[in-house]
Amino acid sequence: MKKQAGFARILTYAALIIFGICFSLPFLWLITTSFKPAARMQKWPPDIVPMQPVHVQYQGRSHDVYLSKDSKEMILLERLKGGLARFQPISNHETAPVVTSLDDMTEKVKFGLEWRNYSRGLTFIPFFQELKNTLIVSLLGVIGTILSCSLVAYGLAKTDWKGRHALFIIILSTMMLPAQVTMIPIFAIFAKLGWVDTFLPLIVPSFLGNAFFIFLLRQFFLGIPKELSEAARLDGCNEFEIYRRIVMPLSKPALATVGLFTFMAAWNDFMGPLIYLVNENKYTLSLGLAMFTGQYGSEYGMLMAVSTVVTIPIIVLFFFTQRMFIQGMTMSGIKG
Amino acid sequence: MNKQSRTTRTNKQGLSSGILFCLPSIIGLTLFMLYPVLASLYYSFCSYPMLKPPIWVGFANYKALFHDPVFYKSLYNTAYYAAFSVPIGLGVAFLLALLLNQKVKGMALFRTMFFVPSIVPMVAGSVLWLWILNPQYGLINTLLMALHVPANLIPGWMADPMWSKPALILMSTWGVGGSMLIYLAGLQDVPVDLYEAADIDGATPIQKMWSITIPFMSPHIFFTFVMGFIGAAQYFTQAFVMTGGTGGPVDSTRFFSLYLFQNAFQNWKMGYACSMAWILFIVILLFTLILFKSSARHIYYGGEK
Repeated sequence: MKKQAGFARILTYAALIIFGICFSLPFLWLITTSFKPAARMQKWPPDIVPMQPVHVQYQGRSHDVYLSKDSKEMILLERLKGGLARFQPISNHETAPVVTSLDDMTEKVKFGLEWRNYSRGLTFIPFFQELKNTLIVSLLGVIGTILSCSLVAYGLAKTDWKGRHALFIIILSTMMLPAQVTMIPIFAIFAKLGWVDTFLPLIVPSFLGNAFFIFLLRQFFLGIPKELSEAARLDGCNEFEIYRRIVMPLSKPALATVGLFTFMAAWNDFMGPLIYLVNENKYTLSLGLAMFTGQYGSEYGMLMAVSTVVTIPIIVLFFFTQRMFIQGMTMSGIKG
Repeated sequence: MNKQSRTTRTNKQGLSSGILFCLPSIIGLTLFMLYPVLASLYYSFCSYPMLKPPIWVGFANYKALFHDPVFYKSLYNTAYYAAFSVPIGLGVAFLLALLLNQKVKGMALFRTMFFVPSIVPMVAGSVLWLWILNPQYGLINTLLMALHVPANLIPGWMADPMWSKPALILMSTWGVGGSMLIYLAGLQDVPVDLYEAADIDGATPIQKMWSITIPFMSPHIFFTFVMGFIGAAQYFTQAFVMTGGTGGPVDSTRFFSLYLFQNAFQNWKMGYACSMAWILFIVILLFTLILFKSSARHIYYGGEK
């Protein structure tokens, strides 16, 4: 009996490790590729860690080093026709150069990081401009969402009036509506306002509430004891003061969760920028990366470098806010 | 009498301040929900090339859609994607959650490993997978070649219309961390004494799974299933990024939302796109209703039957 339990444990760990490798390998590949030089990208077998060719100075010029089949180091002097090349044995400069087929030789490499993928990638797309655009859109979106959703959630949870339940149901039911239905008329509105190719269509709606975050905050506000607002009311606070001085300070964790998820959604958003942003200097990072991929789809080193840079802030954010994050993720499932 | 007038007064106060607080949503719902829903329904019966005002054409858009082979192709692609990616994704997520729930050492590390892929920005993830799925030098095919899989059996992934959808399904399975977390939270709420009682009765692990774990998890499974289906029906970004917005090869990744987007913002057939959007809405609505109706008997909400 006990032995079997031990066997099941081994099986569990084996499965976890196999899945763990499958889930993290793409990541490692992203990072590795972002540091590989273009010439090593299509080598078989592929380099697990980034490798770079070794160069030596020979007669005043820089040359690649190759290894022959009996692992002698050779300097590549020049490439000839038909896959042949002229090599100079490195150990003995006196011997005459030999001509052999390149297929018989392997390039000598050592561990090295190709930082040029990053410097080129980040200048090829106007990275800092796009970062600035993304930050403007995301941060204003966070402010707008926190402000509008907390106000509405307060109105739904803490004030007493007849239509509030109906309004709550309407807000909830909008979550069912696919964005594709409203997308075109909303585009027509923004086009009429002359807001196409500005950030306004991406920012302004966040100041007008978001169903999911209103739901989240309303649940949180309902958990704040009534006595607190009653006491404040007796002290002569009006509703807005209760909202600002009592409910909001007590709701910091919930507000932070809303802020975090809004920021991530705005950072990731692709369809919004794709529809509304025309001029390249208005692009956000997601849109810029996608367009760059469309044009330079084969420059994988650069693509992976830019993808890494777009991904890292989110991962860092995740590690700093892990608990909040996991709570927020599971909160969405618990109501089901 | 006096008391009643006081309640009316506070009610009135409550009403005015309540509406004031809810003003952002009231404006938002009117401007970005109510009006657009009605307008898009109206546009779906119009010819609307954006630069000119919409002209009423009756059911012409819907009729044209039902004669549009690409429309059917996009429906098929989306159904294919949803039919595989949702069950496979949820199955993997459930398995991962079960494994993590075994009180293993290094649980936090494994949880992070499984969860982090799901927060990688969608565009960056798509670009990464484009490279991983590269037919010649990609990670997956390199591994297959190393395992001496015959060359004619090695998939062309995004370059082959037969393999492009499986490629996207494979990629979507990488991002199941969110569902996994939901399941993990659910598993931790299953009462331990039930398992202990089952152990005393000599239940096998499979019996425990079917009679305790699955019934207790049914609300979570149902929730992730509905959300997964709604998400799959609107699948767009990855297909757009990985095919440069074309939906190729040979329309094999032209999903419903992608075709809708192309009609709206590339062909400027706004009326046509709106009628597609309404069909999407009705399909999602019907499917969700059917799911709710057919599953009501099979879902166990702790306590209430």
